[in-house]
Amino acid sequence: MIATILDDLPLRERIALAVLLAFLVALPSVASDYWLSVVLIILYFAYVGQAWNLMMGIAGQLSLGHALYVGLGAYTAAALYVHFQLPPAIGLFVSMLIAAGAATVIGLLAFRFGIGGVYFALLTIAFAEFTRLAFSHFEWVGAMAGFFLPVENRAESDLINLRGSPVMFYYVILTLGVAAAVLVRLLAASRLGYYWLAIREDQEAAQASGVNTFAYKMIAVTISAAMTALGGVFLAFYYNNLFPSDIFGIHRSIEIILAPIIGGLGTFFGPVFGAFVLGLLGEGLTSAVEQTGIQTAGVKQLVYALVLLVIIKFVPGGLWPRVARSMGLGRRRDEP
Amino acid sequence: MTAALLSVTNLAKSFRGLHAVQDVSLDVAEGSITALIGPNGAGKTTIFNMIAGVFAPSAGDITMAGSSIRGYRPDQVCKAGIGRTFQIVRPFPALTVLDNVVIGALAHDNSVARARARARDVLKLLGLDGLRGQIASSLTLPDRKRLEVARALATGPKLLLLDEVMAGLRPGETDEMVGVFQTLNRESGLTILLIEHVMRAVMALSQTIHVLNHGRLIASGAPADVVRDPQVLEVYLGEEEAV
Repeated sequence: MIATILDDLPLRERIALAVLLAFLVALPSVASDYWLSVVLIILYFAYVGQAWNLMMGIAGQLSLGHALYVGLGAYTAAALYVHFQLPPAIGLFVSMLIAAGAATVIGLLAFRFGIGGVYFALLTIAFAEFTRLAFSHFEWVGAMAGFFLPVENRAESDLINLRGSPVMFYYVILTLGVAAAVLVRLLAASRLGYYWLAIREDQEAAQASGVNTFAYKMIAVTISAAMTALGGVFLAFYYNNLFPSDIFGIHRSIEIILAPIIGGLGTFFGPVFGAFVLGLLGEGLTSAVEQTGIQTAGVKQLVYALVLLVIIKFVPGGLWPRVARSMGLGRRRDEP
Repeated sequence: MTAALLSVTNLAKSFRGLHAVQDVSLDVAEGSITALIGPNGAGKTTIFNMIAGVFAPSAGDITMAGSSIRGYRPDQVCKAGIGRTFQIVRPFPALTVLDNVVIGALAHDNSVARARARARDVLKLLGLDGLRGQIASSLTLPDRKRLEVARALATGPKLLLLDEVMAGLRPGETDEMVGVFQTLNRESGLTILLIEHVMRAVMALSQTIHVLNHGRLIASGAPADVVRDPQVLEVYLGEEEAV
């Protein structure tokens, strides 16, 4: 399996990957708590970005409601833990199953009736929004007042119950991020990956080439939803509190898609790169605004938005393909 | 007379009361090259789309190797052994030439490695192997037409439906393409049904010609007979083009 992943990877890329990985593994022993938390969130966005990228970047199905799967994953594992003392190590499977179930319903509705493109995207937003409203009235998980996990002594790491120090959470999300990247790369190199690309490029031509587009789109949305739900489980146990208006909010869905778009849609490393660029940009702006002493609310967001506009306008294919070229890293099959 | 590989019986299609195709019956003999000609709007592509599973017929039946494929989805039709090209070429634009053909080759093989090997063979056959690393959208029109054929061939069809693959090609390129189909037909027994306006290709390739006008068949037979048919001359070929 490892051989398959590394097979067509030139030496320079292997070295670059190894250096990055070594840096990330060593980070907790050198970075401050603050920077650790910054990189942790970056890795979270790299992870969910990868999940979304699989569906949009590779299979070409635009979802603007991925917060739905984050929220379902988060609430499911958290509720099972609080109400039934079921450890998240088991609860995460229920989370993934429920999210995949929700994706199946959306997929069946959309793909059976030939709803695609922006109309499909609207459907995903609608589902996320009415789930947000439903959870706002769902007393069992706290409704609008929020749902809280007991904050426990974090001295020792308990992976089964996802209780422990920020360093433990950091390594959990790093593992998830690496696993997601490996999974997406393996899938992209398989028949499934080729068929997803065919669907993204031209559905009619894909069908004529023997691709059951309905089935393969369903596979893409369910895998993406299950992966995203796992990110939600992580989020719930890291933050220990959940609010429907926050976790299901459309701003959350947008956040998820920014990293892959800025990094490079459909590329294997784009979501990771995009997450780092955006995470560091956000942090950099915060401290820059603090230093100038400007008190006006929204200055940071305004500059952030301008930077995004500039990137999307001038580097529409995303930053990663261009950076990869300038670093002499070869173009891969999934980076057209 | 060899057995019919594809058999179309009493096929009809109407779009909101417009009878695009009416009561068309035709057989494509196994191992033959058959042409479907006729003026624009005669219903040729509509018949292709019904065979390929894009539209369901309003009436009639389509059988492939003896079993009905009526109501099949396009991917099921492909799996049943029918490959097709589109009149307006539809490559997967952002993918390489090789990957375009690999997708076709995966129709009958789960293994990406074997599909790549097969795709290379097909590309060599069509003289596209040198372009395999290029992005499909960067190809010239003749190359895109060849790619369209390559992708359809890679699916391993018993019957190949060609929808105006010669249109826009120069005479030399047309002859080259004709040569490829003749070789395929002779060496691997590939059955071909083609829609074509380029009579040079039709006459060189086909053993049987069916002529369609206003959704109905008006003549069928050997090329030499069909082009002398007065009705065909009148509606399609024109008096001045009479051979």
